[in-house]
Amino acid sequence: MEIISAEVLPSEVVPAEGLLGASWLLIALPLAGAAVLLLGGRRTDRWGHLLGTATVVGAFLLAVLCTFSLADVEGRSVDVDLFTFISTGQLDVRAGLLYDPLSAVFVLLITGVGSLIHVYSIGYMAHDPARRRFFAYLNLFVAAMLLLVLGNSFVALYVGWEGVGLASYLLIAFWYTRPGAATAAKKAFIMNRVGDVGLALAIFVMFAQLGTTSYEGVFGTVGTLAGGTITAIGLLLLLGACGKSGQFPLQAWLPDAMEGPTPVSALIHAATMVTAGVYLIARSAPIYDETPTARTVVLAVGAVTLLIGAIAGCAFDDIKKVLAYSTVSQIGYMFLAVGLGPAGYVAGLAHLLAHGFFKAGLFLGAGSVMHAMDDSVDMRRYGGLARKLPITFATFGLGYLALIGFPFLSGFYTKDAIIEAALDRDDAWGWVLAGVAVLGAGLTAFYMTRLMLMTFFGRARWADGVHPHESPTVMTAPMVVLSLGSIGAGFLLVKAFPLSDWLEPVFGEEHSAEHVVAPLTVGLVVTGVMLLGVLAAWLFVGRREVPVTAPVRVSPVTRAARNALYADTINESLLMRPGQWLTRALVWVDNRGVDGAVNGLAAGLGGSSSRLGRTQTGFVRTYALGMLGGAVLVAGALLAVTSG
Amino acid sequence: MTLTYYLVLAAILFTIGAVGVLVRRNAIVVFMCIELMLNSVNLTLVTFARATGTVDGQIMAFFVMVVAAAEVVVGLAIIMSIYRTRRSASVDDANLLKY
Repeated sequence: MEIISAEVLPSEVVPAEGLLGASWLLIALPLAGAAVLLLGGRRTDRWGHLLGTATVVGAFLLAVLCTFSLADVEGRSVDVDLFTFISTGQLDVRAGLLYDPLSAVFVLLITGVGSLIHVYSIGYMAHDPARRRFFAYLNLFVAAMLLLVLGNSFVALYVGWEGVGLASYLLIAFWYTRPGAATAAKKAFIMNRVGDVGLALAIFVMFAQLGTTSYEGVFGTVGTLAGGTITAIGLLLLLGACGKSGQFPLQAWLPDAMEGPTPVSALIHAATMVTAGVYLIARSAPIYDETPTARTVVLAVGAVTLLIGAIAGCAFDDIKKVLAYSTVSQIGYMFLAVGLGPAGYVAGLAHLLAHGFFKAGLFLGAGSVMHAMDDSVDMRRYGGLARKLPITFATFGLGYLALIGFPFLSGFYTKDAIIEAALDRDDAWGWVLAGVAVLGAGLTAFYMTRLMLMTFFGRARWADGVHPHESPTVMTAPMVVLSLGSIGAGFLLVKAFPLSDWLEPVFGEEHSAEHVVAPLTVGLVVTGVMLLGVLAAWLFVGRREVPVTAPVRVSPVTRAARNALYADTINESLLMRPGQWLTRALVWVDNRGVDGAVNGLAAGLGGSSSRLGRTQTGFVRTYALGMLGGAVLVAGALLAVTSG
Repeated sequence: MTLTYYLVLAAILFTIGAVGVLVRRNAIVVFMCIELMLNSVNLTLVTFARATGTVDGQIMAFFVMVVAAAEVVVGLAIIMSIYRTRRSASVDDANLLKY
């Protein structure tokens, strides 16, 4: 049985010409939009949202044209050299873009889904007085995210990486007067910092050991390093990826980030930014090729997160938190896929793209539901919304089917591809990973069906004074487009225009098409487990009345799931409390020790000098006596010396 | 032997002057005591000049007189000024310059 193996052939990178030479405009357009909206102030309030949307739509059109020109280039990889970014001593970083198939698919995803979500936001934020600021931040995010995926060096990636972190922070805290939003933003920012330190250290190690940070330079020479160093780089990069993508052990910030406006959750915390970690690991494929250890850790992180997210998703009543844990879980699938090595990269990226469509669609649907329910997120107060919100129900339902892997929709193709790739390892771990992935698929079906049943079916449990109404066209149109993506993306990416062919210049050619377990068997098993999950959800939720308040007496498993498997508790007791103790001890040492010594010295000098000052009585006679005494002493001493 | 008498006299004069400076309150008396000390020194200088047969000490005594004259001018002026402002010539009343 031959295992799929692919040699990574560093394809020839040619300088950009023509349209591709102007691909920096992709970043410049939204950046200019953000600058105009932020600097223009209130004067741009009236048309700010239109400008913000136009720049991203413009970037999308440009990205489509660029992708077509890229397809004509031999080797499909072009380098857009821009200017010298840092030149100091041995460090010479040129700012440039690498437009290759991998960045091209990301650019299309970011600008495509980004455009739809900008359009949606026009309607969603229509009544918000700070709508212009919202669009400015969204544009800033798109620009930073495009820089992240287009940069041709780890330094450029890092700039974009921090840029999206900033935009994410600003957007989570968009309603900064709510304490919950402000806290969530700080939590996201700090947990991201933990990951970013890992990424920064990885870049430092690269520069110290290889003297370069460009993709070309690093990937070309990484094989010359010692095994331990490569593993260190791999693990540090993984730490960065975990922080940004909400993976174990840094997953706790992502569900809290749902405090931001729903379009933000859809764009940043579902479709694009949180997948940056997957991009980083896929982009660093040549590094991970050299270090099986780090790659195994990626696998483990993916598998653990997949289950944590899925279990936590089963217990929450907040519609956005369920979707957020679903995102955590689905990104776990992607990590698992890219951790499998060459066999899994394409599967992981296909799942990433499909997930970008259906999860963005689901979040927009959730936003539409919230819009109808006076911004309530409690699913226990929903129910029976299918008739009131027909378009939302239809689009959300398609996204739901795509996510749980209903046959022939997006998730079906891409999730099966990951499970097949895991099985193709042809060892015990392959079976374990595939088992975890299948179990995750069952749990996904359970929590998503629970969400659907609680939201759209059953008796209406609405709070008093809530009158659900369908959202305006400007919001439903993007949802319809995304639901079409939910239907077709998987088929298009896996079967019709295989992503593996398009990505061949990056990840090499797939050699074997022979699988350990026939894809049909995998598909049947996954579908069977998925149906079991749906059935279980119907038995637990759909069959009986949903209580308006969450039951208090529940099993320990449910309680653990409601607390997201105690992730916050663990973080607080393992990191936050000891950190607080440490800072308190440091403050004590600083106050008593360092300040004490300095203050004591100063007080001693001051006291003794004031005591000495008392001798200055102001009486001339006292001074005269002192002088006389001194003169007598001097004379006596002289006499003693000369005569003795 | 004569040398000893002169020197003892000078020492007695100097001691009287020094004690006067230390114990008296009236600025004028203190001033006079300082003059007494200066002149006891002058006596010593002249004594040694005569004993050694040189004029160095005598010249030095003239210098001391000139300086003392100048000092009297300045010192009396200060005492006058203090007396005008404070209506007192006691040195203990002029004790503002302290800690």
